[in-house]
Amino acid sequence: MTTETHDISPKHQTADWVWYAAVLGAAVLGWLAYGQLIPFSEWVTALFPVARDSHTGEAIAFFIYDVPKVLLLLTGIVFVTGVLRSWFSPEKTRAILAGKREIFGYPLAALLGVLTPFCSCSSVPLFIGFVSAGVPLGVTFSFLIAGPMVGPVGLGLLYALVGWKIATIYLVFGFTIATVAGYVMGKMKLERYLQDWVRDLNAGPVGDLPEEAVTFVDRLKVGAEQIREIVGKVWIWVLVGIGIGALIHGYVPEEMMLRIMGGEAWWSVPAAVVVGVPMYTNAAGVIPIVEALLGKGAALGTTLAFMMSVIALSLPEMIILKQVLTLRLIAIFIAVVSAGILATGYLFNFLL
Amino acid sequence: MKSVKVFGPGCKRCETTEKMVRDAAAKLGIDVAIEKVTDARSIAIAGVMSTPGLAVDGKLVHAGGLPDEARLEKWLTA
Repeated sequence: MTTETHDISPKHQTADWVWYAAVLGAAVLGWLAYGQLIPFSEWVTALFPVARDSHTGEAIAFFIYDVPKVLLLLTGIVFVTGVLRSWFSPEKTRAILAGKREIFGYPLAALLGVLTPFCSCSSVPLFIGFVSAGVPLGVTFSFLIAGPMVGPVGLGLLYALVGWKIATIYLVFGFTIATVAGYVMGKMKLERYLQDWVRDLNAGPVGDLPEEAVTFVDRLKVGAEQIREIVGKVWIWVLVGIGIGALIHGYVPEEMMLRIMGGEAWWSVPAAVVVGVPMYTNAAGVIPIVEALLGKGAALGTTLAFMMSVIALSLPEMIILKQVLTLRLIAIFIAVVSAGILATGYLFNFLL
Repeated sequence: MKSVKVFGPGCKRCETTEKMVRDAAAKLGIDVAIEKVTDARSIAIAGVMSTPGLAVDGKLVHAGGLPDEARLEKWLTA
């Protein structure tokens, strides 16, 4: 179907160059603003009637510095991700993964989980669509775990706020957990623990959606739309996360942090997971907290475990999946993923 | 009379899509009967994996994200 390029209504004819210029202009402006963050935050903090080196002064400076920084980064990352993901769709991904039982189906699914656009509100139809088309259950889980776990927003912010070493460690281990957890669950033959109606269901073939002619400017529009949608939804979590980060940064004594989240306390890793799972926020909200925790000397393994469990295992997601999975399968899912997170946490506390 | 189905569990984008269909139909002067399909099972059976999805006269035309206005008008007039 390649017939429709010429019959687009007049108001859609904003010239292409306007889009290119706007994107370029926004990138330059964002980059310039990014360079002014430290002077800006120091200037604003100085307006408050508190000593700069007091607890309150530290907390305010952290907050004022991090809010514009995270929002700028978030906007840029969401845009670039939106454009990149416009080349992928759940339908294409399903076609690639269907019938892939071989060992490389799992890492492939994890990779596609990162690249395929999907929002948690459609994870049920997506799950059914995958399973009923012959995508093995384990491979489907690898896909579903990797999506949120190693999403570009989390990675990009981690890179900018905490540094490339930790971002890389997180990427490698997040990806490994998604792959291995899917593989383990594939081996466990869990199909019988799907809800009955899902097992019996033969979803119709994906309607032969007409392949629409998509121009590069269309992809830029997708990116812009994503900014509106995601940043518009997530900013409140970002403010809350940075607020908590600022309190930790300003008020929590290092000695106390070492006692609770230091590498010595063996229970700190499972405790981090237990605290992390019911916490529902977005990667963009949790990373400022991670930044503050690490800055105060929390052990890397414990912090990684906390971050992974917040991002990858969320209660609302489980409630949505309850429509297709039995409680037993959900419990196994949580147990397998938690085991991977715990192992990662202990490994890094032990190594460092 | 066109029959239009909007597939989606009730997220904000699904409602926006429904509104876009209504607006486009009103603009074109076409009678539409809009049915919202919110049940996960029916969505899956229709072959929709990313919501909102859109079917016109029983034929799936769109899945995932808001539809493009120009294309929407074309589907309604087809």
